[in-house]
Parts: sequence; structure tokens; C-alpha cells
Amino acid sequence: MQLSWREFGLALMKEGDPRYQVIVWDLRLPRVVAAMIVGSALGLSGALLQGMLRNGLASPFLLGISAGSGLVAVAVLGLGIWQIWLPLGAWLGGVATIVLVYFLARTGTGISVERLILGGVALSTLFGAVQSMLLLLSPDGQAQAALSWLIGSLNGRGWQELVVVAPSVLVSLVAGCLLARQLNVLSLGDDLAVGLGSSLMRSRILIGAVATLLAAGAVSIAGLVGFVGLIVPHGVRLLVGTDYRLVLPFSALGGAFVLSVADLLARLGPTEVPVGIVTAVMGSPVFLWLLYRRKSSVGGL
Amino acid sequence: MPLQAQQLSGGYADKRIVEAVNLTREKGEWLSLVGANGSGKSTLLRLLSRILPPQAGTVLLDSKSIHALAPTEVAKQLAIIPQQQVLPPGLTVHQLVSLGRTPHQPWWQWDLDSQSKERIALAMEWTDITQYRDRSVAELSGGEKQRAFLALALAQDPQVLLLDEPTTFLDVHFQLELLELLKRLNQQQNLSIITVLHDINLASRYSDRIACLRQGQLWTVGAVDTVLTPETMREVFAIEAAILTTPVGLQICPLSAY
Repeated sequence: MQLSWREFGLALMKEGDPRYQVIVWDLRLPRVVAAMIVGSALGLSGALLQGMLRNGLASPFLLGISAGSGLVAVAVLGLGIWQIWLPLGAWLGGVATIVLVYFLARTGTGISVERLILGGVALSTLFGAVQSMLLLLSPDGQAQAALSWLIGSLNGRGWQELVVVAPSVLVSLVAGCLLARQLNVLSLGDDLAVGLGSSLMRSRILIGAVATLLAAGAVSIAGLVGFVGLIVPHGVRLLVGTDYRLVLPFSALGGAFVLSVADLLARLGPTEVPVGIVTAVMGSPVFLWLLYRRKSSVGGL
Repeated sequence: MPLQAQQLSGGYADKRIVEAVNLTREKGEWLSLVGANGSGKSTLLRLLSRILPPQAGTVLLDSKSIHALAPTEVAKQLAIIPQQQVLPPGLTVHQLVSLGRTPHQPWWQWDLDSQSKERIALAMEWTDITQYRDRSVAELSGGEKQRAFLALALAQDPQVLLLDEPTTFLDVHFQLELLELLKRLNQQQNLSIITVLHDINLASRYSDRIACLRQGQLWTVGAVDTVLTPETMREVFAIEAAILTTPVGLQICPLSAY
């Protein structure tokens, strides 16, 4: 359905053709808002984790959120039960997995970055296996619904999903940006960060918690939209440098922009493509380009 | 304001490397920790700087345990320069030095206040890196890089500066340059320095006191001329050495290894 700018403007002000009003207010607008919220959450979450783990390959899903949420989603969609609880279930699955990963990453004296990453990878593999098993066992139509969720899609997202998740994401967006100075200090390494008065344990829990709330919020709205959280912080760093006081807010803005554009592209064709496919198809080449452009510092920030 | 180690023990996991060390730093002095590889001198420095939590005993700053004090309160008085430095590419000298103000800035303060700006300018002036202000730290030479990290520590405005083998990656010119600079700061700004030094001759040349570690224990600590004896060399470094009087004070001439 094509609307002229005039019709769109009228509908936006709740005037003119009531059909157009429905299209703008109940179909288009919530979807754009959803894309912006999901994109900004993923962008900021990725920037926070890349900074905290000092690893350029970190994404919001590295610590196992995707595995936990994915498992719940596949169970719910694949088995066709309790489907209205999907967003909440995915959210809980993701958060529970991260809590478990943090628990596994404890050392005698703190939380180790290497253990966080390895714990996340190990749990992802385990949950991934169970997830594949469930997919194989589920009936055809339901397996497809689960797959589309795993790829990530904004199709049919409306206000009711947003009002539940948006407040926690918006609060986390603000909280995340306030952690910028903390991340600047952490980027100098653990020893110097301690010397400058930060508590490694506290900042790792704080940053991890905010990044988790953001990613879980995004996942519960749109499923596992990949690459936004990985690529956007890299692009932002190329543009604004290493200071997290700039990197964090611009990663959120960049994420919102990229996902809105990707969702627009996803709807252009005759049949709609899940937005996760668009971000992956756009994102992979960009990522490879970044990787080979900076051969000297692969994984560096 | 003394920094004091009381029955300090610690190490990694179940392995205790430093055992029951008692040590007091006098105000404004330069204390060097020396010892053979694996003697626990770096571990002791990491314990003193609270990078490692102690397994027993405590470190007192102003007669309060540094583990009970708020981390930022300790950081206002105690600065550290680790041996291995992590550098985000693109970080400029000024950005690096500015981070030294972190403990003095409340968490909600987004930018530097005027007092911080003055201190940063001063720290960069002392270390003679003002002309590199907007250069990327990663592109500097080894000696300049160490001076940039020293400026970061000085921006913290500490009473005590802890350094872990600051001269390791420097050739002899930059070793002397850095240690001379530290000596000037030590004397003119009354900055106490505790440093691990590999090179016993550099330690004897610049320190007020030397602490010798052997197998995690404090073998002896005292003024340079009381510590630097053939017997200490034998017990601490397992070498036969002659002690020479030179224009720069007592120096070691190693004769043979056991």
C-alpha cells in the first residue's frame, strides 16, 4: 500500500482516511519504532561488551543470550505451546543463561574475561544442540516459524510488544551511556584499571547486566537479529575514535539507523524477507572488509 | 603517610609466592624491590598495589587497610604503572593522561574540570610530552610511551608511585632518562617511589633503600651500602660478586654464577 506524503502527514495527525490512519498508526509506525529500539539496544549492547571484554569479535550474543533465548523460543514455537508468552520466555531464557555464564566465570578473586567468553561459547554449543534436536522433532509449519524467529524478524510487531519491553530498554540505553568513563578505564587493561580506582568485579557485573538487559529486550521483540551488534560499534569506532563517551551513544544511534534501513529493505521485495537475513547479507561483507582493512590489529579495539 | 605491609602473603590460586613480608615505606623515599627470577618481587608489588588480593596479612595506607578503603580513595594516593601495557589503537597522549584524573572525578561528571586540566598539563610538562599531546600513544617510541604512562600516573596526584620493572623494554639511554626523571619527581615533588628493578646496579644507583627478596621472603632491607655486600649477592642472586666504588656509588661486578 502506497501513501503519498500528504496522506501520510494527515494520517499521522489522525486526520483524513481512517484506513490510512490504521496503516500509519498500527502497522508502519510501531514497526519503525520497534526497529529503532531493537537496533539501538543491539548496537549499544555490542559496544559495551566489546569494550568490557576488550575483544572486537564480541557481540551481544557472545555470552550466550542467543542460545538461552533461542532454546526457549524453539521450544515454544516448535512445540506450539504458550505462544503468547514467547517474548517474556525468550527474555527470561537469555537473562538466565547470562547469569549462569557469569556464575561459571567466577574465579577465586573475581570474574575472568576469558572464562566469560569460553563459558558463553560452551553453553551456546550445548543449548544449540538441544535446539537443533527440538527443531528436527517439531512439525513442519512450526519449525518454519521457529526458524524465522531465529533469523530475526520485525514482521507484525505492534505496540503491545513494545510497551512491555521498551521501558526497560530505554532505561538501559541511558544507563549504558553513563558507563562510558568506566569503559575508557577498562580499555587500559585490568591492572591499570585497578590502579585508577575501578572495581573490576563491580564494573563487569554492571556492564554485563546493562548489556544483557539491552540484548534480551531486543531479542524478545525481534528474535535473533545478527550482526548489528557486531558491526555497528566497529563502524562507529572508525568514525569517532576510541573514546567511549562518543562510541556508546553513537553505537545506539547507529544501530537504530542501520536496523531501520535494513527493515525498509526487507519489505521492498514482493515477499518480505526476515530483517535478520538483510542485516547478515549487508553485514558480513562489511565485517570482512573491516577485518582485512585492519590486518595489524585483528580483534583489537 | 606510610604505606605498610603487615605479614603480607599472597600469590596465585593455591600457590603462595610471597610469604609474611613486613615492610614500611618512609615518606618521600625511593624503595627498590630486587631479587632473582621467581623471588616474588613482582608479586609483592602487585599485592602492595592491590591488583592481587592478599591471602594473609594486609597493606596499610595511613594505618587503614587498602582493601577496606574505597578503591577511588586508594587511587587518589597510590598510582601504579604495570609492566605490560594495554593500548587501544588511536588513543592519544592527552586522552591517556586525562584518564589519570578518573579517581578525582565523580562518576556522573562527564568531562574534566579546570583543576583536572591544570594537573594534566602539569603532568605532561614534567614528563616532557606536551608536544605529543594529540599523537597516538601506540606510535610513540618505548621511552616516550613510558613517559606518557608516567604522566597518567602523575595526573592521579599520588603520594606513592608503584612501578613494575619500568625499564624492561628500554635501551640504556632511555633507562637512565626515565630513572633520572623519576629521581627528580621523587626529590622535587616529594613523591614516594616503590619499584621492582631487574638491574641491581640501577637499583643501587637511584634508591634510598633496597629490599631483597629470596623465595618469597624478605631477605634483607636497608640503605644501599648496608645491603650491597658480597654475602647478599651470594644469598639473593646466587652469584659471586665484587662490590666496586664508582662515581655513581656502589656497583656490582658479577664474577661467577653458582
